[in-house]
Amino acid sequence: MPAVTETRETVEKLAKSSYEWGFETDIEMDIAPKGLNEETVRLISERKGEPQWMLDWRLKAFRAWLEMEEPTWAHIHHPPIDYQDAHYFAQPKKKPGPKSLDEVDPELLKTYAKLGIPLHEQALLAGVEGAEERLPVAVDAVFDSVSVATTFRKTLAEAGVIFCPISDAIREHPELVQKYLGTVVPVADNFFAALNSAVFTDGSFVYIPEGVRCPMELSTYFRINARNTGQFERTLIIAEDRATVSYLEGCTAPQRDENQLHAAVVELVAMEDASIKYSTVQNWYPGDDEGRGGIYNFVTKRGICRGARSKISWTQVETGSAITWKYPSCVLAGEGSVGEFYSVAVTNNHQQADTGTKMIHLAPNTRSTIIAKTISAGHSDSTYRGLVRMQPKARNARNFTQCDSLLIGDQCGAHTVPYIESRNMTARVEHEATTSKISEDQLFYCRSRGLSEEDAVGLIVNGFCREVLKELPMEFAVEAQKLLQISLEGSVG
Amino acid sequence: MSGTPTVTQNAVPALEAFVARAAGQGAALADTGLPTRRVEAWRYTPLRSIADTAWQKAVPLSTETATALLDRLVLPETGARMVYGNGQLLSTLSALPETVRQASENVSPLKGVFSATLNTALGERGLDIRVPAGTDAGLLTLVSLSDGQDVSTHLQHRIVLEDGASLTLYDVSAGEGRYIANPRFDIVVGKGATLRHVKVQRESLTATHLAIVSADVAEKGEYDSFTLNQGSSLARHEAVVTLGAPHAMAHVNGVQIVDGQRLNDLTSMIHHAAPDGSSRQTVKTVLSEAGQGVFQGKILVDRVAQKTDGYQMNQALLLSEKAQINSKPELEIYADDVKCSHGATVGALDDEQLFYLRSRGIAEADARDMLVRAFLIDALDLVSDEGLRDLLLRSMTS
Repeated sequence: MPAVTETRETVEKLAKSSYEWGFETDIEMDIAPKGLNEETVRLISERKGEPQWMLDWRLKAFRAWLEMEEPTWAHIHHPPIDYQDAHYFAQPKKKPGPKSLDEVDPELLKTYAKLGIPLHEQALLAGVEGAEERLPVAVDAVFDSVSVATTFRKTLAEAGVIFCPISDAIREHPELVQKYLGTVVPVADNFFAALNSAVFTDGSFVYIPEGVRCPMELSTYFRINARNTGQFERTLIIAEDRATVSYLEGCTAPQRDENQLHAAVVELVAMEDASIKYSTVQNWYPGDDEGRGGIYNFVTKRGICRGARSKISWTQVETGSAITWKYPSCVLAGEGSVGEFYSVAVTNNHQQADTGTKMIHLAPNTRSTIIAKTISAGHSDSTYRGLVRMQPKARNARNFTQCDSLLIGDQCGAHTVPYIESRNMTARVEHEATTSKISEDQLFYCRSRGLSEEDAVGLIVNGFCREVLKELPMEFAVEAQKLLQISLEGSVG
Repeated sequence: MSGTPTVTQNAVPALEAFVARAAGQGAALADTGLPTRRVEAWRYTPLRSIADTAWQKAVPLSTETATALLDRLVLPETGARMVYGNGQLLSTLSALPETVRQASENVSPLKGVFSATLNTALGERGLDIRVPAGTDAGLLTLVSLSDGQDVSTHLQHRIVLEDGASLTLYDVSAGEGRYIANPRFDIVVGKGATLRHVKVQRESLTATHLAIVSADVAEKGEYDSFTLNQGSSLARHEAVVTLGAPHAMAHVNGVQIVDGQRLNDLTSMIHHAAPDGSSRQTVKTVLSEAGQGVFQGKILVDRVAQKTDGYQMNQALLLSEKAQINSKPELEIYADDVKCSHGATVGALDDEQLFYLRSRGIAEADARDMLVRAFLIDALDLVSDEGLRDLLLRSMTS
C-alpha cells in the first residue's frame, strides 16, 4: 500500500489545518471493488455472513433505490454524486479476537488515543478483564465499517440489555431484527434510506427489555477511515414497555480531499411508557476553508412512539460535514406520547446544512417541542426545515416550535422553512422564529471586560445555544461547547 | 420554455384549451402542465379541480347583468369606479379619477409563477394607469365581474405611481357561475409614493380565483395591501413584492374566511433587495366546516439588504373537526444585520374565553361570533382607512 507517502502528505496538510481530528490510520483493509450493483449487495451480505432473509431485504431496497431519484428540494448545492465511483465495503483485515492489548493492531490503538479514548478504555475495547467497573459509559467503537470491539457487554447482558453491532444482531437475534428493522424507516422511504438499506455495513443494535432502565449511557464513536468508502450505518434501538435508554453518538473524521458520501439510517421504537434519548455530536470533516473536500451527510433518523406515554428525544449538535441533510423525526402514535427535538447547527466556511425535524401527531394528547438554533458564518448556508402535522385523531395535541438563527458575517445565509399542517381543531400549534446577528452591545460588553473577540463570540454563541446544550448528557455538553468555538474559529475579526 | 407548444403534449383538457386560445392570440403558453402537489409552491393547492374543463373565452357581459351583480356588492359610495365584466371594460359604468392618466406600460413578466404564466398567455387588457408625481388620486374602486359556465378571464392591470403619488385601490372581484378569474396586477410604486391596495375576493362559490400581484417599490415608497379571501371554490391570492431601493416598505396583510369544501390560499413573497427596508405581514384564517386554508409567506433578504426589518405573523382558527390549515412561513436570509421574525399559531377557540362570556349570559353562538371577530380584528385594524375597514366588515358578513 502506498499509504505511507499519503499519510505523510496528510500530516503535512494537517499542520496547516485547524481540523483537530483530521488524521488517517494506516491499517490493512479488505476493500470491495468500486461500484454499486446487485453483486455489490450480494457481496456485502455474504461477507457479513447474513441469512437469506437479510439479503432479500437488501435486494428489495436496492431495486427500489434504482427506481428512485435523488431529492433536490433541500437548500444545498453540490456536484452530482457518482454512486458508482465509491467502495461500498471496507473492513480491517480480520485477525482472531485480541486476547490482550498487545494483540490489538497498534495503529488502531493510536486512533483511539487521538480520539481521546482513555487508555483503560482502550484496554476495555480490547477485552482486558477487571477494568469494567471503572467506566460509566459503554463504547461501541465503529472503526470504519465494522465494529472492532464492544465493551460492557457483560454488565449490559446482566440487565438484559442487548447492545451490539447490528451485523451480530442479525445473526444472533434475527427474530428481533426481523420484527423491527425497516418498520420505522421503510426500505423505500427515501433515496438515501433505500441506498442505506441496500448496502449498510454496520451500526448498532440496542434492545432494552420491559421495565429495564439501561444501567449506563450507550455511545458509539463513528469514524470514516478508508479512502473512497462510503459510510452506511444502520442503527436500531428498541425500548420495550417502561424501558429507558440514553444513547450518545459522536463522530470525528480524518481529513481527506474528495467528498465522501455518508448515508445513515437510525430507527427508534418506543413502546408503552418507554423513553429513548438520542444525542448526537456530529463533527465530520467539513472541507477546507475554500470548501474543498468534506463529508456529504445524508441521514434519515426517525423514531416512533408506539406505546402510550412513550417519549423520544433527539438532541443534536451539528458542526461538521460539507453538507448536512438530516431531519430526525418523531411519529407520535401512542396516546399521550412526547417528541422532542433540540438542535444546534453551526456552519462555517462553505458548509451547507439543511436540517430540522418532523413531528407527526397521530394520537390524542401527544406533545412535541422543537428548539432549533442555527448559526451561520463565513460563506455557509444553513436551513431549518421542519414539519409539524396534526392528524385528525390528534385531539388536544400540542406543539411548540422555536427556531432562532444567528448570522456571523455578511456572506452567509440562514433560512427557516417550517411546514405547519393541522387537521384537528383541538390541536394547538405555536411556532416562532427569529433571525439576528450578535449585537454590538453584547460584543462590546464582553470586550470591555478583557475577552478577545473570538472568546466573546464563543461565549455569546454558547449562550445562544444554552437551551439545547443543557439537553446533552454532561460529557457531551462539554465537548459540544468546545466544538462550537472551534467551528467558528476565523469567522470574526 | 420557448417555441410553440404542441397540443398533443398535453392530455389535460384545460391546458389544451389554454394553449389553443393562446395560439389564437398569437401568444404561447410557456409552461406546460398544471401544478400538482409535487410542485412545491402548489403542494397545498393542487389545481386538479380545473384540469378536466376546456375553459373558453367568456362572452361580454351586458350592462344589465353587470348592474344586477353590482347591486349585490358592498361598494364605496365615493371615488371613481372602473367596472370590468367577463374581462372587458364596461365603459358606461366606469370612470377613472380625474388626476389619473391612461398609460401604456410594459412591465417584465414574472417567470415561474403559474398564475402569471397563464395570464401572460391569455391576457386581456385591464386597468393601465399612471398617477402623476406628487398627486393624490384618492380612491379608485375596481370591480371585476364574471358570469358564465366553464369560461375564464385573464385581466392584466398595470398601475404606476410616480414619485410622491398616492392612490387607494379598492379591488373587488365577484361573479356568478363556474369560471376562472385569473387577474394580474403589475404595480410600480415610485419614490415616496404610496399605494393602498384593499382587495375583496368574493367570487362565486364554484369559481376558481388565481390572482397574482407583483409590486416593485422604490425608495421610501410603500405598498400597503390587505386581502380578504372569502369566496371561490379554490382561490389563491399571490403577491410578489420587491423592495428594490432603500427604506421601501411593504404590508401584505390578509384575512381568509373559509367554509364548505372550499380552499383559500394566500401566498406571498416579500423580497428585500435593498437596505433599510421594512415589511409587515399579519394573516388570519378562520376555518369552518370542511374548509381548507393555506398560507405560504416567504421573506427573502438579499445580501445587500442590510438593516432589514421584517415581521410576519400568521394565525389560524379551526372551528370544526373537518377544517384544515396548511401553513408555511419561510425566511431566506443572506444579510447579517437584520431583524426578521415570524410567528404562527394554529388552534381552536379558547374554552376559557367562551366560558367567561357564557357565564356573563351571552348565548353560545354570540360568544363564538364575538371571539372570532376579536381574532380577526388585529388584521382588519391594519387597514388604515376607517371607511374601507367598515366596508370590509360589512362585506365579510354580507
